[in-house]
Amino acid sequence: MIAAQKPFEVTPKLDESGTPIGELLEISMGPHHPSTHGVFRMDVTLDGETVVKLKPVFGYLHRNHEKIGENISYLATMPYTDRLDYFCSMTNNWAYALTIEKLAGLAVPERAEYIRVIMAELTRLQNHTSLIGFFVQDMGALGTPMMYAFREREKILDLFEEISGARMMCNYMRFGGVRVDTSDAWLAQTKKVVGDYGKFLDEFEVFLNENEILLARTQGVAPLSKEQAINASITGPLLRAAGVNYDLRKVDKYGIYSRFEFKVPLGETGDLYDRYMVRVLEMRESIKILNQALAGIPAGPVMDPKAKLRGFRPKAGEVYGRIESPKGELGFYIISDGGPSPYRYRIRPPSYINLTTLEDMCLGRKVADVIVILGSVDIVLGEVDR
Amino acid sequence: METLEQIKSRLEAALPSAKIEILANECAAGERSLLVDAASGLAAAKFLRDDAQLKLDYCSNVTGVDWPDKEISEKIKVKQVVDGVEKEVEEVKKTLRPGYLEVVFHLYSMTLKHGPVVLRMRTENRADQTHLPSLTPLWRGAELQEREIYDLYGVIFDGHPDLRRILMWDGFEGYPMRKDYVAPEDYEYEPTPHDEVLEAAKKCYPAEPKVEVKP
Repeated sequence: MIAAQKPFEVTPKLDESGTPIGELLEISMGPHHPSTHGVFRMDVTLDGETVVKLKPVFGYLHRNHEKIGENISYLATMPYTDRLDYFCSMTNNWAYALTIEKLAGLAVPERAEYIRVIMAELTRLQNHTSLIGFFVQDMGALGTPMMYAFREREKILDLFEEISGARMMCNYMRFGGVRVDTSDAWLAQTKKVVGDYGKFLDEFEVFLNENEILLARTQGVAPLSKEQAINASITGPLLRAAGVNYDLRKVDKYGIYSRFEFKVPLGETGDLYDRYMVRVLEMRESIKILNQALAGIPAGPVMDPKAKLRGFRPKAGEVYGRIESPKGELGFYIISDGGPSPYRYRIRPPSYINLTTLEDMCLGRKVADVIVILGSVDIVLGEVDR
Repeated sequence: METLEQIKSRLEAALPSAKIEILANECAAGERSLLVDAASGLAAAKFLRDDAQLKLDYCSNVTGVDWPDKEISEKIKVKQVVDGVEKEVEEVKKTLRPGYLEVVFHLYSMTLKHGPVVLRMRTENRADQTHLPSLTPLWRGAELQEREIYDLYGVIFDGHPDLRRILMWDGFEGYPMRKDYVAPEDYEYEPTPHDEVLEAAKKCYPAEPKVEVKP
């Protein structure tokens, strides 16, 4: 029944008489390699140092998350969603909660909507910051920029820990609201962190934006055209770096995003530098949203009193809900048959689908560029392999 | 965006041989979907992508769903003559709905910023007729997701450029996301098996010949 894996075909370069010139080298990059951001493997074929073929190999972190979700209750899936993209548990929670709210027609109180926006934008800040840290480290700037990035990330994780009890596995949102209310002290601390974040970004940008090595390694490398990006279902900063104006916060206006003023930064060529710059500018926009949300947060309850968490059995039907997570479009597709657990529970993982064009971007580049290109895609293996 | 009925009638005008059906969805804010037969699936998808009014250029999500054989029991009132008197008696009529595998595509338009149009295709059965046309030639974004469905559900996508297992390893047997999949005995979950675990382990390890140790 199972087709065997196709043999790894390599066609060496031939000279005019048909004899191969030199030899091709097959390398397995990963799964345990610091540059692959997790247990991810690439079968790379090299001609000298130039990549002629690259096949990503998935599945090292596969635990069949979707099957688990089909066997446990709706509420019990919430902590599992933290483990998908473990950098952004807040946005994962939100995407799942939003889908269930769409399925069951639950309303979310005003204050909870504001808290969700604050959490999602804080998540975006810390995800992009640490990603840029990793990205620069992939280029050889060992240590220092990443430590700067992680210092700032830790301030945001402290906020998460204070409100939810966990730095990364927050398990904070519920369908119909959020789990606990924020205190005034927490909001004041958040205002302080957000207020200082701009200064950190100024400093970061002074060092990096016009850094000679960063420019040499990123400008013109691995460009992605608009048509290619759309056709391959690329989403998130990668898509916007290619110049496509598609941000779900603007398109779907889920939650209360229609109330905030912010811009969608776009790139031109879709090369690595554009991806870097789009992320930096997105952080600036996130700070704007955070300032507006922190200024406008109203008092009130944080849970819909009609929401029933335990023994929750929605009516039969199906729903697809999606949000703009820091990595792209994170979607949940749920078919309910009226039972206590979903009949079908599917996740649309953005970083998995963003890897579709990895080979196209790497072909013809040097092997050192592969690492930087993979870094720019921003993958988290918990989400890729599920 | 047009309503699903309008899309359906235009599809039927463009593809006279296609069998298209609109499936209801009873949930609060869910989308209804278009069920297209497998033979005209690729042509219908191409129409949806290239049509100037729809321009569904973005295939967001591809999902496999397993629907095993299901016994549907209906209560019907039947007239029967009991002791010379005609009476209405309730009878339970049982019908077997044969199982199938289903693939669901969520299509959006990035240029016109609308959607989704939900497109579904069904296989003939779950055993040997599990072929469906691959939509990867139209939307490359379906490539990895279709591979995943092949891997976990066993749907064979005709026309897919690289249909291999993706999350499970090569040589793995069975399709783990199917509803009737039984996980193999996990005999290695304890480092020193005992009691029931040992019994289960015996099935999995071949019997080893006893070796006498000489003093």
